[in-house]
Formats: sequence, structure tokens, C-alpha cells
Amino acid sequence: MDDSHSFDAYQSEPAALDDIMQKIAEHKGCGTTGGSGKASCGSGAGEGDMPADIWEKVKNHPCYSEEAHHHYARMHVAVAPACNIQCNYCNRKYDCANESRPGVVSEKLTPEQAAKKVLAVASAIPQMTVLGIAGPGDPLANPGKTFRTFELISEAAPDIKLCLSTNGLALPDHVETIKRFNVDHVTITINMTDPDIGAEIYPWVFWKHKRVTGKEAAKILTDRQLQGLEMLTANGILCKVNSVMIPGINDDHLVTVNREVKSRGAFLHNIMPLISAPEHGTVFGLNGQRGPSAQELKALQDSCEGEMNMMRHCRQCRADAVGLLGEDRSAEFTTDKIMEMDVNYDLTARQAYQEKVEEERLAKVAARNAELETLAGENADLSILVAVATKGSGRINEHFGHATEFQIYELSSAGAKFVGHRRVDLYCQGGYGEEDALETVIRAINDCTAVFVAKIGHCPKDDLIKAGIDPVDQYAYEFIEQSAIAYFKDYLAKVKSGEIAHVTRGDADIRQGAFVPVNA
Amino acid sequence: MAYKIVASQCTSCSACEAECPNVAISEKNGTFVINPKKCTECIGHFDIPQCVAVCPVDNTCVIDTSYPRYQPSA
Ligand code: SF4
Ligand code: SF4
Ligand code: SF4
Repeated sequence: MDDSHSFDAYQSEPAALDDIMQKIAEHKGCGTTGGSGKASCGSGAGEGDMPADIWEKVKNHPCYSEEAHHHYARMHVAVAPACNIQCNYCNRKYDCANESRPGVVSEKLTPEQAAKKVLAVASAIPQMTVLGIAGPGDPLANPGKTFRTFELISEAAPDIKLCLSTNGLALPDHVETIKRFNVDHVTITINMTDPDIGAEIYPWVFWKHKRVTGKEAAKILTDRQLQGLEMLTANGILCKVNSVMIPGINDDHLVTVNREVKSRGAFLHNIMPLISAPEHGTVFGLNGQRGPSAQELKALQDSCEGEMNMMRHCRQCRADAVGLLGEDRSAEFTTDKIMEMDVNYDLTARQAYQEKVEEERLAKVAARNAELETLAGENADLSILVAVATKGSGRINEHFGHATEFQIYELSSAGAKFVGHRRVDLYCQGGYGEEDALETVIRAINDCTAVFVAKIGHCPKDDLIKAGIDPVDQYAYEFIEQSAIAYFKDYLAKVKSGEIAHVTRGDADIRQGAFVPVNA
Repeated sequence: MAYKIVASQCTSCSACEAECPNVAISEKNGTFVINPKKCTECIGHFDIPQCVAVCPVDNTCVIDTSYPRYQPSA
């Protein structure tokens, strides 16, 4: 499926989200009765202007809330293989290149199989709260299969949130149905609003029984996407926009796209790096179109930040991904296995589990805020990036050598801000040949000052130090943000005393291909 | 004539199935096939064969010359 319209994640300022979260916890739903109907619960931290009703919808959504993605799981079901457009970053011969490893074809499910799978997974993984249909293909080019799946699931498991991701071409025709099925989030992939740029991204669209090409195709697509977006937001349906950053084609233009979609009510924007390797067989892969570097991506995301919430924890996961973001348990739930499973869907047990998760979350927020207070008054302009090895739950709980990805935080006197992931899974297959695994890790986090781990061996420690990256294991199993702030305080003090010199780090690589954890 | 699907090329995406005005396309053993008796080459319905227009893999829905050209009756 298309990454691009994969439903994935976003993050807004975690600080603002947490503030809202805490206030909701303190007095049960902060005043939602602002004159505009858009009460702001955020204190002055960051944009903080996410309306409470939206926050209610997203706070436990692993893809929309950076914070929630440590705690809640999502799954995608592949029921919608047909598509009505062609993108130059997609090779449907091998599934969508951005979503699945080439050669690994996601299992196509019937709506009935999909519904059973959802129940099986939700019973086995109580923190599974969200079901998405994103492809491979376009869910709205397969409206029968998509909506039948939603219907079956909403009957059997009414607590599960439904989302769908679309390229937008057919969207205006389905807004009524989307509303009827209570779908609460829709993601539209919008890569341009300028048909000249669109013509370089989309070779054709299938429209009114014709294959339309060039600028005309792009014009139809952008009109339909923006119309669909307006209709959704006018109907109170949460709408996120995904964009694929294609250097030299739409990179500068995405700032305009950001403005256009914000003005039409999109609540989040997820700018993702183009994934294009020749072996994926996409047009871009074959003609040598490169993807952005980590620094380029971050710079673009930063430049859109003031405009609206930006999502940064998207991992461009597979269309049939199951489990927490960054974890893939799809192998446990193949069609054969599911069809044999006895499913006992226990809503009460799920709710009890989720309550415990909430407690853990609040403890984390409190610890972070306490640590943040001690940083007050420090006003150095300096900021650094750190990489964190984690298995989830917001803690530093992964061994350096086992990490398939690192979470990147930006530390400054404003606190610790999550800015993205760096994958190191399967680096060798990513075109780096026989290169030593450690070198590839260093390339992936080369812009970081430190790497936080639960444990690390002597050799990699020495090599990291040589590369200028500080290996930190003293916060093993502690909360990430709290530890990061403590580290940063220490760092500032050492810079001040002259014990260490602050150096600006270089750029880093973004790994190509869909996320495939080692244990998958 | 009728159209046929080159099985080795087909991704089984099912896009053509939904577009065929004659319900000539169906899934068989994991790939999609056209029933030549039902295929009218889209004549009388559309300017271009819908399966060709919507298929993501070029040269997958092709003319099968072993059938005579479709003649719209009446
Ligand atoms: S061609 Fe279709 S399935 Fe592939 S990325 Fe584009 S919209 Fe998604
Ligand atoms: S040419 Fe038209 S009638 Fe024949 S199979 Fe293709 S879509 Fe159906
Ligand atoms: S549209 Fe093409 S690839 Fe898809 S099922 Fe039909 S023949 Fe196969």
C-alpha cells in the first residue's frame, strides 16, 4: 500500500499534549465550552491549540499521538488491493514499495477474514485500539470491501476505532458513508497542489472511465483531494494529511501544501521521506530519484511546524502491520492461524488493561514535568539531538546491539522533544553491502550527541566515542524524557565549566524500505 | 476479439474486476481471468477497454486474437 497514504502517525508538541492530558485527568475533560467550540487546554507550551474534542479522539491513537504510540497498538488489514491512480513511488507489482518489503506480499483478506483477524488480535493484544485500512491499493477504490469490513468490526468490536487512508481521488463520493460508519480519522496523501509538480509524481489517474495523464490528471487529483478534505472537516471528521518529500520535485512546495491543507481544516501533517531504491522497481527508484537526508527532512518539518501540528513518529509501516508501532507481530496472525483460533472478545478485560496503561502514562508525564522544572532558568541557546534505544512504554529499555531503530529527541532548555525515528534494521539489504553493522548504526545517528541504552558492550562503546557519540547507560530502564532532561542539564553544566566543548554534529542517513523488525 | 490477462504479469489487484461493464473478469486460483465469451472489448460502453485503462502493469490486459472481433448486435 502506499506509504504515503498509510495511516501512521503524527506528533504534536508532546509537551502540549501532555499538558492537555494532565488537565483532562485532573478535572475530567477541560472546559470544552469555549465560545468557538474549540476550547484550548494547552498552557503556553507550543501550539497547544488542539481542541479538547480532537484530543479526546487522538490521545490513545498510536498513530496520531506520539505519546500514545508507546502504549497503544494499531493494526492494518489488507482488504483493498485495487487502486485508481498511479504514483511514481509505488510499484504495485510488488505491493507498494513504501509499505512492504519488495517481494513480501501482504496477505490479502476478505472482509470476513479481516474481521476475524481484528477480533483475534484485539483479544491477544488488549492495547490494540485502532484498525486502519490503507491498502495495498486505495480503500476508496474498493468501497465495497472497505465498508463491509468496517461494518463487521463495528458490530463485533464497537470499542475499536476505525481509520482509513486514501489518495483522495474517490473521496468526495464517500464522505457520507465514512460518516455513517463512524470512521473517526481519515488520512489523505497530498503531495502537491500544483498540477505542474503533480505531473512529475503521478503518471496517470483513472477518472470517469478514462486513463488521464499529465497535468490534467494532477489537476483532477488535487481538486478532488482538497474537496474531499473540506467535506470531511466540515462534517467533523478528523483529517490528517500525509506528504511524501521528494527532493527536487516537491520539497519546497510542501510548505505551500502545508498551508493549503491547514486552511482546509486538516489537524495534522505528516511529511515522510521518499523511499526509493532501484530494487523496489518504482519509477523513482529506477530513474535515480533520491530520498531526503535526515537533516533535510527535519528542516522541512521544522519549517512547517509553526503552521500546524507535525507528525514525526511515522514509521511508514507495512500495510498488514500488527502491534505497537515499531513492533510487528503480523507473523502470529496469518490467515491460517486466525481461522483456527477460538476468539473470545472480552471488552471488560481490554478496558481494565487500558486503565493500567493510563496510570503508567500519567506517572511518566509527572516524572518528566518534575525534571523539567529543574531545568527552568537555564537559557542556553544550545540544543542537541540524542538517540534512544527503547522497546516502548517510554523507557530506555533496549540493548544497543538489539535495537532495530532509535528514537531521536531534541534537547534544549525547553525540554526534550521527540523529533523522529532512525531505523537500523536490515541496513545491509539497504544497499550498504558488507558494511559493518556498527558503522551503519553510526551513520543513522551521526547527528546525535549521545545514545541512551539499557546496556552496551565495550567495543561498540569505544567506537561510538571515537565517532563523537556519547554512549549513555546510566539511565537504564528509566523514563526517556526525564532522563534526557537530566542528561541535558549535566551537559550544559559541563559546557559551562569548560569540561566539554559543544560541537555541532553532522547529517545522518534515512534507511530505505519498510520497517522490518529483526524478530519479524 | 476479446481481451485476456497475462497471468505472469497480473498482480491480482482486482482493479479490473470492478471496472468491467460485462462482469467478464473474475478471480481464479489467485489470479484474474477474463471470460472471452463475456468480453465485448468494452465496445458500446467506453472508448477504451476498462481493464487496460485501470491495470497498473502495462501490457497485462492484451488482445486475444484467437477470438473474432466483437460485433455489437442490435
Ligand atoms: S499507486 Fe495507489 S496504492 Fe500505490 S502509492 Fe499510489 S495511491 Fe497508493
Ligand atoms: S475489455 Fe472491457 S469487457 Fe473486456 S474484459 Fe476488459 S473491461 Fe471487460
Ligand atoms: S488490473 Fe491488472 S494487475 Fe490488477 S487484477 Fe486486473 S489484470 Fe491483474
